Amino acid sequence: MEKKIYLDNAATTRTRPEVVDAMLPYFTEKFGNPSSVYEFASQNKKAVDEARGTIAKALGADITEVYFTGGGTEADNWAIKATAEAYKAKGNHIITTKIEHHAVLHTCEYLEKNGYEVTYLDVDEYGIVKLDQLEKAIKPTTILITIMFANNEIGTIQPIKEIGEIAKRNKILFHTDAVQAFAQVDINVNDMGIDMLSASAHKLNGPKGIGFLYIKKGVKIRSLIHGGAQERQRRAGTENVPGVVGFGKAVEIAMATMEDRAKKEIELRDYLIKRVLAEVPYTRLNGDRVKRLPNNANFSFQFIEGESLLIMLDMNHICASSGSACTSGSLDPSHVLLAIGLPHEIAHGSLRLTLSEDNTVEEIDYTVEKIKEIVDKLRKMSPLYEDFTRKR
Amino acid sequence: MYTEKVMDHFSNPRNVGEIENASGVGTVGNAKCGDIMRMYLDIDETGVIQDVKFKTFGCGAAVATSSMATELVKGKTVEEALKITNKSVMEALDGLPPVKVHCSLLAEEAIHAALWDYAEKNNIKIEGLEKPKSDIHEEEETIEY
Repeated sequence: MEKKIYLDNAATTRTRPEVVDAMLPYFTEKFGNPSSVYEFASQNKKAVDEARGTIAKALGADITEVYFTGGGTEADNWAIKATAEAYKAKGNHIITTKIEHHAVLHTCEYLEKNGYEVTYLDVDEYGIVKLDQLEKAIKPTTILITIMFANNEIGTIQPIKEIGEIAKRNKILFHTDAVQAFAQVDINVNDMGIDMLSASAHKLNGPKGIGFLYIKKGVKIRSLIHGGAQERQRRAGTENVPGVVGFGKAVEIAMATMEDRAKKEIELRDYLIKRVLAEVPYTRLNGDRVKRLPNNANFSFQFIEGESLLIMLDMNHICASSGSACTSGSLDPSHVLLAIGLPHEIAHGSLRLTLSEDNTVEEIDYTVEKIKEIVDKLRKMSPLYEDFTRKR
Repeated sequence: MYTEKVMDHFSNPRNVGEIENASGVGTVGNAKCGDIMRMYLDIDETGVIQDVKFKTFGCGAAVATSSMATELVKGKTVEEALKITNKSVMEALDGLPPVKVHCSLLAEEAIHAALWDYAEKNNIKIEGLEKPKSDIHEEEETIEY
């Protein structure tokens, strides 16, 4: 099989041709600045608001509550830094988890250096936040709870509605990083008590460089990017019109196909998980078996290291990802895998495969065969495996 | 990210395996950092390294540096082998990415650990060989946000 097998859809997705088609006129023909007065340009304002409307509908939100950003990371930075500043008079305490994306974790660490106090909640062995710990962590000075909707590495989906209820009962703002979950699983911001939500287009077959932050009406939040009056004066900078239009189109398609897509992905994912666990010894599945994203599978193969596995998969034209330290340039393996209690050496040997509806059973079969071969080869080379077999 | 030579030694590593009753065996690194190297040396009575094998748990660079280190020591005398540094391993591989330099240190250390074991077993002192650290750990850089 010479064809590339792409199993890294949590990293990014292929931009759909329909999305590109929708974007193209906004580069060469309809290039006007939406803030301009003349008719030619003000049409673009309409295009931006149409996309905003599509996204608002997907969230069960009002169109005035969706603010476009330069991506998911900016949305996370904005939600956390700007509420911290706006609610400073009320308190300086933020609650998050140990398994957040670095866009949230590093923003919280930055705030800690600037006088804020942050509680990083533990998760259980499946990566789920413990609600009683969350309740106990709340103080009179708590101003924000930020907990991701679904984890990017192990795919675990958090009890968002319950967290929303706890936040509401304690009159604390609740932000969720939904970059992996938006348009993949059902989300209703009002039913779930979400005050702010971050998402990104390129995770759902949209273009890169465009995201949004949902901000519930009434939430006090400062601007992060200062300048012009765009985005209801909250996020300055000329709108990325082609990006916004592409995002709108991607959401429209993703919402219309969500049910069928999830069904197909879950079937394929479960087939993959079943085969790998049955056919590769000394392997575990990371994350919750049921409360997980439809397209996510994350394994740890004992006695081997993830980067070696990734390179060998790449030689076989399979694109995947790992929680190994070596892929990140640090010596520590994935903070998520450590937080669910994996020892370092097992966390180093992890593999994330994230599917799309385009993947086929044949691709999964080929991938499983290659994983078996490669894991076997690497174990034969591993001093840890040698020690293990000698002890037996 | 890796040179052709690194990729070559990673995909077709030389001298993988074990040596029964080896003259010296050295294991360095730790699982916490994700790199463990074990080197086996077969040294004859004249002090020449006749055979060498390795096993490595680690990334592409760790496998490639171990493989290259085994090629460099094979046929050398103990004294010559002692002169092989992480730099010579890196040069032989046409370089490593900066974050992977510690892998080449590990390879140098693995040679030293195996030689140390050989010296201890034979009750000899190898001039210039110091007891290797069992654990290689580079100081992590602190990142400012």
